[in-house]
Amino acid sequence: MTARKSERLMNLVICLLVARTYVPKERIRDVVEGYREQSDDAFEKMFERDKEELRDLGIPIEVGYIEKGFEDEPGYRIRRDAFALPEIRLERDEAAVVGLAARVWQNASLAEATSSALLKLRAGGVAVDTEGLAVVEPQLGAQEAAFDPLWQAVVDRTPVRFSYQRPGAEAAERHLEPWGISSWHGHWYVVGHDRDRGAVRMFRLSRVVGPVHRDGSPGAYAVPEGTDIRALARSLDASPDTTETAQVRVRPGTGIALRRQAVAIETADADADSEVWDLLRIPFAGVWAMAEQIVSYGTDVVVEEPAALRAAVTASLQRLAGVSVSEEAPA
Amino acid sequence: MSQSAKAQVERLLALVPYLRERDGVRLEHVAADFGVSVEQLSRDLRVLWFCGLPGAMPGDLIDVDIEALEGEGVVHIDNADYLDRPLRLDTHEALALIVALRTLRDVGGPAERDAVARALAKLEQAAGGSLAAADQVEVRIDASDATVADTVHQALHDQRRLRIDYLVPARDESTTREVDPLRLVVSEGRRYLEAWCYRVQGQRLFRLDRIDAAALLDVPADPPRQARPRDLSEGLFQASADQMLATVDLDPSARWVVDYYPHEGVEELPGGGLRMRLRVSEPAWLRRLVLRLGGAARVVSPADIAEQVRDEARRALAAYDREPTA
Repeated sequence: MTARKSERLMNLVICLLVARTYVPKERIRDVVEGYREQSDDAFEKMFERDKEELRDLGIPIEVGYIEKGFEDEPGYRIRRDAFALPEIRLERDEAAVVGLAARVWQNASLAEATSSALLKLRAGGVAVDTEGLAVVEPQLGAQEAAFDPLWQAVVDRTPVRFSYQRPGAEAAERHLEPWGISSWHGHWYVVGHDRDRGAVRMFRLSRVVGPVHRDGSPGAYAVPEGTDIRALARSLDASPDTTETAQVRVRPGTGIALRRQAVAIETADADADSEVWDLLRIPFAGVWAMAEQIVSYGTDVVVEEPAALRAAVTASLQRLAGVSVSEEAPA
Repeated sequence: MSQSAKAQVERLLALVPYLRERDGVRLEHVAADFGVSVEQLSRDLRVLWFCGLPGAMPGDLIDVDIEALEGEGVVHIDNADYLDRPLRLDTHEALALIVALRTLRDVGGPAERDAVARALAKLEQAAGGSLAAADQVEVRIDASDATVADTVHQALHDQRRLRIDYLVPARDESTTREVDPLRLVVSEGRRYLEAWCYRVQGQRLFRLDRIDAAALLDVPADPPRQARPRDLSEGLFQASADQMLATVDLDPSARWVVDYYPHEGVEELPGGGLRMRLRVSEPAWLRRLVLRLGGAARVVSPADIAEQVRDEARRALAAYDREPTA
């Protein structure tokens, strides 16, 4: 029955919390209601399970030894300073932003974790306002099924294995020591030491297929000193530096986003069809990414140079127009 | 919260110090703060009645005033001095709260940034060792022009009207609009200004990185009564049945598209491709997307959009046929 078990767990917490020294198991059995009437075996099982549940709640139950005759006897206690939330006082505006933070997570398990954190703060005397009208409301989602297990693995440093599917490839099992997780444009990524590749790798959570299995014990590895998840995530998906400059013709009043990237814009003389074009010079990094952007403008943008970009654009346009593409693929 | 003993104990450990600070508080008030029903809360309090110092002598138990509980509906507890503080935040709780606060700091205006920084410093101190993991989680928010962001924050703060130059890539146009700001939201890693737009006489979300310029007007914001922050829990883009339904086939190399755009359904095609059905409010948007994909995507329906894409590509190609390759 829930109430009886709750009573027993509460009494166990209080017993260990008020003790000045380690309490031997036999004494616990004697004074905590609910243990006494159990057989030795049943008590052992019950006590182990109760300790486990309390530790799951974050209650620090310490094990120590009490001198007793020739043998030291094990005992248990909860140190008040490790148990209790330290004194915390928040100014009104600080309490207001903490209240706003409670609405940030859209993921169920993290929303619940934030609520229980706020509950503890409230119980500790902080007046948190969660109903306030906000003009800034960030939302963090995490719909990926792999999110909760990987978040947990990162928190307690547990190696994992999972099946990972790259676009256009067969799913393959990967083994990872997860160092951190990172969100970018609403997608979550996990960064860590890839045991199969022997190198740092980043995985996109939406490409993890099926369950994430724990593949070792908590604390099984250390994140190398000085690891900066922020810098690492950026370096693994950084957009390459712009190395080339394209010259393109753009119809006046069109290609607005392209114009924002341009370093020079001038108006060209009318062409053979007496059309007037703007001439833009735009730095870019990858030919294919730039070609995609240009093709999206259809007839409004024409590449003049470089030749590789022209070739990439015309190849795309030929495919789109249903024209058979020449065998020589552009570079 | 679940009905398990573990969840109940977690609640009770917060409930006792909470009640010690608020003697005579009303039952409904406590239930609301703890997110449980009044009935559940009464059951919780009856459990406390049997808890106390080891030995369980009458004077050792926590004293809950059941008469006041049943009569006036208020809570008095006594004899629980040893439970004067709640349990520390565990790693999961501290991390969830700190990542949320950092996100708020990264997107807030000067007022929020300052308050968050102070709150974080205090919480990090109180959370102590459980914070080693906080640097293992990173939330990156889209960069946007700092001047634009500052102006938007000021308008929200002072409740003033804004004039913005806004880029709409789907229509390849930039328009100047006057808007009354309602709030700044961040979703899927991007910032949006939710505002009443006088140009379209409607409420809109403006992506901050597409606002080219923002100017604070000397006019107080005065949005019409029907302008209210929208519930975004179902996502930013709510497809509606009056929007056009399109079907697009994606080659294996374009499978990523289904991760980036909201859709109504996806099925696998032989050969590793996907067939995606999506709602489209502007045909121009779909034309541009398919052009951009350069042949790795084909519009199955509506047929006229498929034809427009082919036609646009043929005419664009003509510009290259006419002149020699440079």
